[in-house]
Amino acid sequence: MSQIFHRSTNTLSRATIFGAVFVLAALTWVAMEIQRSPYVTYAGVRKTQPVPFSHQHHVTGLGIDCRYCHTSVETSSFAGIPPTKTCMNCHSQIWTNANLLEPVRASYRSGESLQWTRVNQLPDFVYFNHSIHINKGVGCNTCHGPVDLMPLMYQQESLQMEWCLGCHRAPQNHLRPRDQVFNMRYQPPSGSTPVVVDGQSYTDQVNLGTALIQKYKVRSVKDITTCSTCHR
Amino acid sequence: MSEQYKSSTELERAPVIEPGHTFGTVTEKISAIVLTRPASNGWFIGFGICFMLTMMLLFAIGYLFLKGIGIWGVTIPIGWGFAIVNFVWWIGIGHAGTLISAILLLLRQSWRNSINRFAEAMTLFAVASAGIFPAIHVGRPWLAYWLFPYPSTMGVWPQFRSPLMWDVFAVSTYATISALFWFMGLIPDFATLRDRSDKPALRIIYGMLSFGWRGSARHWHRYETAYLLLAGLATPLVLSVHTVVSFDFAVGIVPGWHTTIFPPYFVAGAIYSGFAMVLMLAIPIRKIYGLEDFITERHLQNSAKVMLATGLIVAYGYFIEGFMGWYSGDRYDAFTLWNRLHGPYAVPYWMLLICNIFIPQVLWIRRLRTSPIALFFISGVILVGMWLERFIIVVVSLHRDFLTSSWGMYYPTRWDWMTYIGTIGMFLAAMFLFLRILPAISIFEMRTLLPEAEVKE
Repeated sequence: MSQIFHRSTNTLSRATIFGAVFVLAALTWVAMEIQRSPYVTYAGVRKTQPVPFSHQHHVTGLGIDCRYCHTSVETSSFAGIPPTKTCMNCHSQIWTNANLLEPVRASYRSGESLQWTRVNQLPDFVYFNHSIHINKGVGCNTCHGPVDLMPLMYQQESLQMEWCLGCHRAPQNHLRPRDQVFNMRYQPPSGSTPVVVDGQSYTDQVNLGTALIQKYKVRSVKDITTCSTCHR
Repeated sequence: MSEQYKSSTELERAPVIEPGHTFGTVTEKISAIVLTRPASNGWFIGFGICFMLTMMLLFAIGYLFLKGIGIWGVTIPIGWGFAIVNFVWWIGIGHAGTLISAILLLLRQSWRNSINRFAEAMTLFAVASAGIFPAIHVGRPWLAYWLFPYPSTMGVWPQFRSPLMWDVFAVSTYATISALFWFMGLIPDFATLRDRSDKPALRIIYGMLSFGWRGSARHWHRYETAYLLLAGLATPLVLSVHTVVSFDFAVGIVPGWHTTIFPPYFVAGAIYSGFAMVLMLAIPIRKIYGLEDFITERHLQNSAKVMLATGLIVAYGYFIEGFMGWYSGDRYDAFTLWNRLHGPYAVPYWMLLICNIFIPQVLWIRRLRTSPIALFFISGVILVGMWLERFIIVVVSLHRDFLTSSWGMYYPTRWDWMTYIGTIGMFLAAMFLFLRILPAISIFEMRTLLPEAEVKE
């Protein structure tokens, strides 16, 4: 009886078994990476807006505070999207004929809101409250990134649950004094630039964060990582 | 092995293989079912019916995915209905295969050689049927992979303290080891089929499956070692899998579940129903394919004895449950007992006692132990009884909550029944295919039972 398989089959079969392990491992790794990539999370993706509003120009260039437009951020779950009237406070005086701003003027005339494209979007099954984060010393740019340098708004972080938990499991690594929350150029404490809270000078973020947890009565890690804290 | 063969004949028991066979006739008889015998009309009809039932299962699952769990009868307080009942039933049935293939191998019970192959196949198909239920009973089945621990973007792991989590590991380990063990056992037989087949395509397929098996002494040496090691791995699984399944219940505080007798009693029940299924399959197979020489009266008797023994352990479990209901002085436990005997599900409970305890006692009679027809029907009764047992445990324990305001009843819908009957169809369809594609009896292990195999010193 002749041989069914060529003798190279021996090598081939060994290579397939050996290779299968690596192929499966590689596929798993690729799947994990894709799941965390901007392809899925949209982190860093600039979205088209009805008016190409530049945070860079308004914040860094003109020095407008976050709360001038996002009025309810300290007291409400939702930071607030400004009404067209807020834009027109200035733009009824300056750039009154700019073509770029025509949608704003049209909105003002008709009373129809501008339809901005939402950038930082959490799923509906997550209960998120801006005010509690602001009041416990989480800076705007801790989550939103350098908005003051963004010509067009994009989402800085993945907004995936592991990212939320990164802070909820170790809040001392991220907290800052409450009066620095809206400071977009805040520097965490270091040996050369200490941060002073209540007369005490801190040169280390963990020491500062631990003190702020005490001062702002941030609830325990166990409490803020319970499922029902965010999934109510 | 042959020594046992001799000693058994000396004891005037039925032999494990009828006299007069040689290596050639054994090989020919078993491989002919796969290679030369044409599929009969009966096979096509049987497989056709089972295939249609499998399609019904797919339809029921498809509709479930479309509409959600609401199409089933589960509701508060009975949040676990047919899905869990059927899961436990199927997993239990699988246990006989592992017991036969692993524990009986280690104990050198040579009679196992003629039934281990299809008992292992039965295990695999039963585990596959069982595995469907936990996957589809979660509200969003497309997320069932969340059961497995993997570095997810949620940054959390499954709850390792939950018995449901242990279940995932127990069942997936069980499925893996069973599949490996089954495949390992098939390798020398694949080689036999490769060598005996005259169609080039079949020779290539069986050749690939046999991994280049040539039957050299070194092959056999390594093979036996690996087979024993796998048997050693599989042995604890016979006990651990259904123990973990019983923890799903025993760890909960529901009266009727919260009891330490559950692990041993579940394992015994699993082997009980598993052997019943082995007999229900073996009896028609040996008849139709003329394998009475290989699956002899001895096998039927031994299986009947295992059923009798495990059935008595199960009966002891029922007795202790009843006894503890009274002895504990706990009013909820006492009520559970009373409710089983007199409540709205009293009829299934009495049927369970009749099917699992009273009817199988006829197996004490030797004449019934050796009668294939009687054994076939008794096995059927036991399978019904063991299904009812899981129904009683799941539904009756849940339907009377601690608060009378939360009492309820469970009414399975047509979708529950379609899913359940569909898995039976899928299981049998797989068995039908198995009979035609693979040697249903281990050829090489049967050959070791022959006098020819005796090593002369």
